Amino acid sequence: MTVVSSLKQIHSLYSSFIVLAVVTASIIFTSTQATATEGDNRWFQIKSSLIGDSHIQDGQEILELDTPKRAMDAAIVPITIESKFEQTPDRYIKKLYIVIDNNPSPVAAVFTFPGNHSWKSLSTRVRINAYTDLRAIAEISDGSLYMVNNYVKASGGCSAPSLKDPAAAAAQLGRIKFRLPESFAAGDLVPTQLMIKHPNNSGLQFDQISRYYIPADFVRTIQVTYNGEEVFTVDTDISISEDPSIRFGFAPEKSGVLEVHVKDSKGRTFSHSMNLPEQRS
Amino acid sequence: MKQVKTTRQYGIFINFRKIYANLLSLDTSLLFQKILKIQYSQTCVMFSLALILLTTSATGVMAGGGFQQIAPGLYFSSGVHQDFSKSNKGQIANTGFIVGSERVAIIDTGSSYQQGLRIREHVRAVTDLPIDYVIVTHMHPDHALGTSAFSKDSPQVIGHQNLADALARRESTYLNNMKRLLGDSAKDTQLVIPSKSVTTTEGMSLNLGDRWLYLTAYPTAHTNNDLSVFDTKTGTLWLSDLLFVERIPVIDGSLLGWLKVMDGLMASGCINTQHNRQCQPIVQVVPGHGPVVTAWQSALAKQHHYLEEIANQIRRIISKGGTISQAVKSVGLDEQGNWLLFNEYHGRNVTAAFAELEWE
Repeated sequence: MTVVSSLKQIHSLYSSFIVLAVVTASIIFTSTQATATEGDNRWFQIKSSLIGDSHIQDGQEILELDTPKRAMDAAIVPITIESKFEQTPDRYIKKLYIVIDNNPSPVAAVFTFPGNHSWKSLSTRVRINAYTDLRAIAEISDGSLYMVNNYVKASGGCSAPSLKDPAAAAAQLGRIKFRLPESFAAGDLVPTQLMIKHPNNSGLQFDQISRYYIPADFVRTIQVTYNGEEVFTVDTDISISEDPSIRFGFAPEKSGVLEVHVKDSKGRTFSHSMNLPEQRS
Repeated sequence: MKQVKTTRQYGIFINFRKIYANLLSLDTSLLFQKILKIQYSQTCVMFSLALILLTTSATGVMAGGGFQQIAPGLYFSSGVHQDFSKSNKGQIANTGFIVGSERVAIIDTGSSYQQGLRIREHVRAVTDLPIDYVIVTHMHPDHALGTSAFSKDSPQVIGHQNLADALARRESTYLNNMKRLLGDSAKDTQLVIPSKSVTTTEGMSLNLGDRWLYLTAYPTAHTNNDLSVFDTKTGTLWLSDLLFVERIPVIDGSLLGWLKVMDGLMASGCINTQHNRQCQPIVQVVPGHGPVVTAWQSALAKQHHYLEEIANQIRRIISKGGTISQAVKSVGLDEQGNWLLFNEYHGRNVTAAFAELEWE
């Protein structure tokens, strides 16, 4: 039985997180013996942990992945994924995996869409540790899988995928903002940015002063709803940049409340909501 | 032997500073300093300069590593304006040392153990006094990774209160980056965590015998662990990467914080030292990259202009709901002609600044 088919039966809030944890654990375990030249092998390991033996098709007709050729700031690499077909209840992207092969924890995010909201474009920011393939894999509502990937070069010598100012990050932890245009027409696809102040600390760094590993502290789940109905849920990991940012589109038909619920690895929860007034049609 | 000379006697030396910095090879500069050690007269300086010009043109050797005296007892080696590479051995940042009557302080140790060793050789060509202090101005690998070369001196390794944490978090990334970019030159390099911290509230004074150094730790600016060194004897402020001259500044801390630090320096024009309890004027400034400047206000103003310009342009894009990728393609392109290595670092600056400014 593959991980994915077993997931279908679990349907718990943490189902995808279990995938992340299993993949991370298996990669960290196996990578201790891996060498840099075994890039394909690494992807093979990630793939078998993530989706088992399922066949993945070329996704160029389904997705477009936009990444910089080189990570300029290793801690903040903007990526955008466009869906190339209209999302309808009959056929939609059910899951979207973002994988960064050579990061310590390669599965950066797993988005889940309920299929009742259309979207075109999804952006976030990730950390890139080394020269790596970055992949977006879509699982369509009929169960078929499609993948696109880009090669991203690492940043220069002085850049690191670390927090720039841990004290400042800690001071503002949990602040959340929605940013969207002041006015739009009912039914429009509204470009919306969700911003969360969180250090998203990897826990992979050794603190030479305390002689302990700095404990991991990262955003685990983000769920966005509109009038209580799910827009998307995303399970995230340490490859997502500090202060996670997600740009998404959704089309509110009537006035309502846009809401986000965030849960982190330490069990903290944060919420934020915003009233969207009646829009002219 | 006395190293102390008046500024006037250094006149000719300073005139030749630029040529000297560009042409010095490692070996000839060592030779030069040995000559200096024997006899310090202007004739001798002229002679050895001529010798250096001849030998360097003959061998065609160029690039950072050689030290020049930019003020009495204050030695400076300029880094080349390049990215890390096997050919420049990572000698891309300015490094230096200050010799007092009783002990020596090192300012920054370069990208590797081997560069640290070369710096140490230069110190030993000048003086046998103990190297009691190694000051690391901030976390970046071009400044901080040669420290282990001084372990036999058992110095106090001094940094900003955030330096130890910042280095610990980046240890594996930096060491891997240097292995990848410098190859063999990165051999034996390891991280040294500072043993002594300078707080942002207190500062720190170091006594070298006949001169005091005053260390200031800043709030987050270029990085969250920037330290400056003020030599009270000569009024020289070693700002390190709080100031970039010629080479493009790099934001790895806070753009807004950096602007504030620059505003403060330009407004006061002096350094409040614990030592003499007065604000002592800044005579010259040593940047982390680029030549020593006496017109330091205008050098700071140029950097201020660049950072402020990209901040303003990014704010406009944010207010229109724009993205980092859009900002990277359009912001600050007018500044391209003003800075070396613009294409290598400008996009990074816009990216980091955007992520900071969208929370304003």
